[in-house]
Amino acid sequence: MKRALLFVLIASLVFTGLFAQGTKEAAAVKGDKEIVILVKSMGNGFFDAVFKGSQEAAGEIGGIKTTYMGPPQATAEGQIEIIETLIAQRVDGIAISANDSDALIPVTKKAMAAGIKVISFDSGINVGGRIVDLLPSNAELIGRQQIQLAAELTNYTGDIAVLSASAQATNQNLWIDWMKQEIKDAKYSKMKLVEVVYGDDAPDKSYREAVSLMQKYPNLKAIICPTTVGLLATAQAVKDAGKTGVVEVTGLGLPSEMKGYILDGTCRQMALWNPIDLGYTSTYILNALIDGTNNGAVGDVIPAGRMNSVKVEKDGLIYMSTPYVFNKDNIEQFAAIF
Amino acid sequence: MPDHSFASFAKKAFARRESTLILLLFVLLVPISVRSPQFLSMKNISTILNDMAILSIVAIGEFYVILSGGIDLSVGSIIAFSGMACGMVNESYPQVSPALLLLLGIVIGLAMGLVNGILVAYGKIPPIITTLGTVNIYRGMTFLLSKGTWVTAHEMTPAYIALPRTTFLGISILLWIAFFVIALCYYFSRFTRTGREIYAIGGNPTAAKFVGVDENRVRVVVFLVSGALCGLAGALWTARYASAVNEMATGFEMQAVAACVLGGVNFSGGAGGIIGVVLGTLFLGVVTNALPVIYLSVFWQTCVQGLIILLALTLNTLSDQHKNKKLLAQRRG
Repeated sequence: MKRALLFVLIASLVFTGLFAQGTKEAAAVKGDKEIVILVKSMGNGFFDAVFKGSQEAAGEIGGIKTTYMGPPQATAEGQIEIIETLIAQRVDGIAISANDSDALIPVTKKAMAAGIKVISFDSGINVGGRIVDLLPSNAELIGRQQIQLAAELTNYTGDIAVLSASAQATNQNLWIDWMKQEIKDAKYSKMKLVEVVYGDDAPDKSYREAVSLMQKYPNLKAIICPTTVGLLATAQAVKDAGKTGVVEVTGLGLPSEMKGYILDGTCRQMALWNPIDLGYTSTYILNALIDGTNNGAVGDVIPAGRMNSVKVEKDGLIYMSTPYVFNKDNIEQFAAIF
Repeated sequence: MPDHSFASFAKKAFARRESTLILLLFVLLVPISVRSPQFLSMKNISTILNDMAILSIVAIGEFYVILSGGIDLSVGSIIAFSGMACGMVNESYPQVSPALLLLLGIVIGLAMGLVNGILVAYGKIPPIITTLGTVNIYRGMTFLLSKGTWVTAHEMTPAYIALPRTTFLGISILLWIAFFVIALCYYFSRFTRTGREIYAIGGNPTAAKFVGVDENRVRVVVFLVSGALCGLAGALWTARYASAVNEMATGFEMQAVAACVLGGVNFSGGAGGIIGVVLGTLFLGVVTNALPVIYLSVFWQTCVQGLIILLALTLNTLSDQHKNKKLLAQRRG
C-alpha cells in the first residue's frame, strides 16, 4: 500500500514536471519571448525611462514581450523574491539593476541553470552571476567627450580648468586622465588645461573653488565638472560672478538638477548616460542571447538597433557608448525623467 | 598711579588676543597680495566677507556654548535640517516669503537646540556626548525628511535665491544679517544679565551657583542661542548655494570651533568675546580663500591651512603665558 502511494506520488511529480515543460514549449512555439526589466525599486523616474527604452526596442525587434518589475523598496531580498517567481514562471530573459552586486548571485545562477538569460545593467552583478554587464560608458569615452564639449563651447581657444569631486575619487580621476590625453590632440593646440581643483562634492567648497578659479585665471574660458554637485555649484558661482557666457560651464550632470542652468545659458551643454538607451540596449542584448545568435563570449559583437552595436569585453563587460549630450532643446524632456 | 603714556596703551592693546589676531591677519595678507594682487580687490574682499558671513553666525552660537564650558558638535546637522526644511518648503509652497523661511529656520533651530539644552541641563549628560548623539540624529532626520533627494536651484523661487545676494547700501543682505547678529550678540554677552551669567557659569560653576545663577537655565539658553543661529544659518546656506543637499555643512562644527579658538575663546569656558570670534572667523576666511588663489598645489592647501592655524594658536597661547607670568610677578611684587 505504502509502495503504491509512493508510486502515485512520483508519477504525479514527473507528470507535473512534464506538463510544465509542455506549456513552456507551447509559449515558445507561439514565438513570444518574455523578458523582464528588474529594477532596484519601483517609482523611480530613471528606471521608468529605462523601461521606456526597452519597450522601444521590443517594438522594433517584434515577437518579444517586455515587463517592468521591481521590489517596493530597494533591497536585495525583494529582488531575490521576484527572481524566484520569475524562475517558476520560466521567462526567457531578465535584465537586472542590482541592489547588491553579490547577494543576487546564488539566485541568478539558479535562474541561468534553468535556461533563463540573465544580464545586469546600471548597477552590475559580479562575474558569475550574469552573462554580461552593460555599463553606460567607459572612462575613455567620458573623458574625451568632456574636452570635446568644452572645446565646442569655447571655439577651441582659451584656458580651461577641471573642478572634480574629491582628489581620490576613482572614477573622476580616470576620466581626468583621459581628458589630459584628449587635449594633447593638435586641434586643441590653442586650449590649455590650467588646473584641476577639488570641490569634494560639497556645494560650498565647490562654489569657493570655482570662484578662485575665475580669480586666478583671467583668461579662463570654461570649467569642466565631471560631477553633478560640482557642476551645480560652479554654474551658480559663474552666474553670481556675472560671467555667464564668459566662462562656460560643462560636465556630467543630472538633467532634472541642471535644467535651470541649461535653460538660462550658464551651462549650454553637458553629458550623462541616458536611461532610455540603457533599457533599449539591454533589450537588444537579451534578444540576441535568447535567440542564441550570441552567447556573450568576450569579443562578441551584438547588434543594437539605433545604438549600432556593442562589444563584449573582458569579464563580460559591455560599454554602451559616449554619454548622451543634453542642451536646451532636449533638457525639458529628460528633466521630467531623471 | 595709572600710566597713561602711549607705550603703555600699546602694550595693553597688544596683550589682548584680538590685537594679536589683527596683527597676524596683516602679516598673512602681505605675501598673499604680493603673489596674487587681485586678492585685495574690493570684489574679492566682498566675496570673502560673504563667504564668512554664515560661518560667523554659527561660530557665535558655538561661542556661547564653549563659553559656558560645553561644546556643540551638532551645529552642522542643525544647519542641514533647517536648510533642507526651508528648501523643501520653498519648493512646495513658493508663495511663502523668504523672510518667513528665515523665521522657519530659526524656529527649527530653536527646537533642536532646546533638545540639546534639556539633555545637557536636566539629563546631566555632558555636552560633548549629547551633541555627539544629536549630530547623528539630526543628520539622520535630514535624510528622513528629504527621503535622500535634493532641492536644486530651479526648484527654488528666484526671490529666495536672491535674498542673500541682494545688496543694500552696497552690502549684501547676507552680510547685513551677519552684522545684525554680531551686534545683537555683542550686546547680549556684554550688557545683559543672562549674558554675564554665561561667563560666570563657564568660569566657575560652583561660585556662580552660590551667588544665585540658575545653572540649568544658562545651559538651556546657550544651546537655544546656538540652535537658533544655526537654524538661521541653514536657511541662508540653502539660498546662498542655491541647493539643499543632505550632506550640507558636514564637518562645519570643526570650522566653528576653530574660529572660536582662534578668536581667543577659552576652551574650558569663562573667557572670550564676540569680537575675537568674528576676527577668528575672518582669519579662517582669509586662509581658506587665499590658499586656492596663490597657485599652491591643492594637496598642500589643507596642510598649510592646518599649519597656519596651529601657528596662530601657538602665538596666542605664548602671549597669554607671558601675560600670566607678568600678573604673577605683579602680585608677588
